[in-house]
Amino acid sequence: MDVKDIIKEENLVYSKPSLLSDKITHYCPGCSHGVVHKLLAEVIEELGIQEKTIGVSPVGCAVFAYNYIEIDWQEAAHGRAPAVATGIARVDPDKVVFTYQGDGDLASIGTAEIMHAANRGENIVVVFINNAIYGMTGGQMAPTTLLGQVTATTPCGRDLERNGYPLKITELIGQLPGAAYVSRQSVHTPAAVRKCRKALRKSFENAMAKKGTSFVEVVSTCSSGWRLSPVEANKWMEENMFPFYPIGDIKDGQKAEAGDFMQQNLKN
Amino acid sequence: MAKVRGAVVVDIEACKGCGLCVVACPHQVLAQNKQVNSRGYHYSFMEHAENCIGCSNCAVVCPDTCITVYRVKSEKTV
Ligand SMILES: Cc1ncc(C[n+]2csc(CCOP(=O)(O)OP(=O)(O)O)c2C)c(N)n1
Repeated sequence: MDVKDIIKEENLVYSKPSLLSDKITHYCPGCSHGVVHKLLAEVIEELGIQEKTIGVSPVGCAVFAYNYIEIDWQEAAHGRAPAVATGIARVDPDKVVFTYQGDGDLASIGTAEIMHAANRGENIVVVFINNAIYGMTGGQMAPTTLLGQVTATTPCGRDLERNGYPLKITELIGQLPGAAYVSRQSVHTPAAVRKCRKALRKSFENAMAKKGTSFVEVVSTCSSGWRLSPVEANKWMEENMFPFYPIGDIKDGQKAEAGDFMQQNLKN
Repeated sequence: MAKVRGAVVVDIEACKGCGLCVVACPHQVLAQNKQVNSRGYHYSFMEHAENCIGCSNCAVVCPDTCITVYRVKSEKTV
């Protein structure tokens, strides 16, 4: 059978989601941001919530996310996306609101905002791209940088005495009563991408059902910042990131009931 | 025996030549072209089109969503 006979509309099994714009992204070759954008477009399309979804984009490489997914967006100051999302979700509770943030944005300058938004149990989705460095500004150390990892600002590797411990912020969020669903995913293989898509879908469903904050970390690559090819970067991530940032669900439920939580508090 | 045949179409200008589709393909269908697109990237192409089963793995991992996948069940083995 000739390739020409296969490439026909009736045989189509995979194509670009319609919510993803035709613009070519500014991301480097192999960047995980592109895959996660695609998944978000697919999930929003699948749930039929294009008209009521509002994304809040960060400062970092994903600052231009609003150029690529055809929904309403608001750009936030560095790290403040969860606070902006809180405002939007409270003013208009019918909207489905999500933030999209890197590890510099979420786990460094924006630590306070994400902690308190998740602790308040805001009905938002948080998509957290952890590539273990500041990608946009040239690959400096982030709180999530691994011990020993070479970055622009840790040329001899991250040192515990000097730089402290890498921050597992997703585990911290998993402890908060306001969190409904907390999961760590990745997008380096077809199977991982499909699982990540499910996690994102569940998160958006939670936001629609007002279950509290849903948080999906995507352990990601930054091949430019890591000075590796995209294929090598995936391998480096599997060997070095996954042992420290294990993939899987950390919490799956809904935010704590006020009554139960109050009694527990008083008993203690 | 029914055999599944597939084919992919790569949007040459959108491809950044990252090569992630090449390693995601279970049947070594894809390769990076020696030619470059207008932005200088070695875009992916079907080097062994006859091996494609239309599994979509390449398209699923593609960060630039530049791969479209087609699949048919053909009655005769080719
Ligand atoms: C208030 C403020 N401080 C610092 C910066 C500089 N800056 C821009 S992006 C960035 C970090 C981006 O890293 P990350 O959030 O991990 O996203 P990535 O680019 O890796 O996707 C920093 C520190 C800024 N723009 N604004």
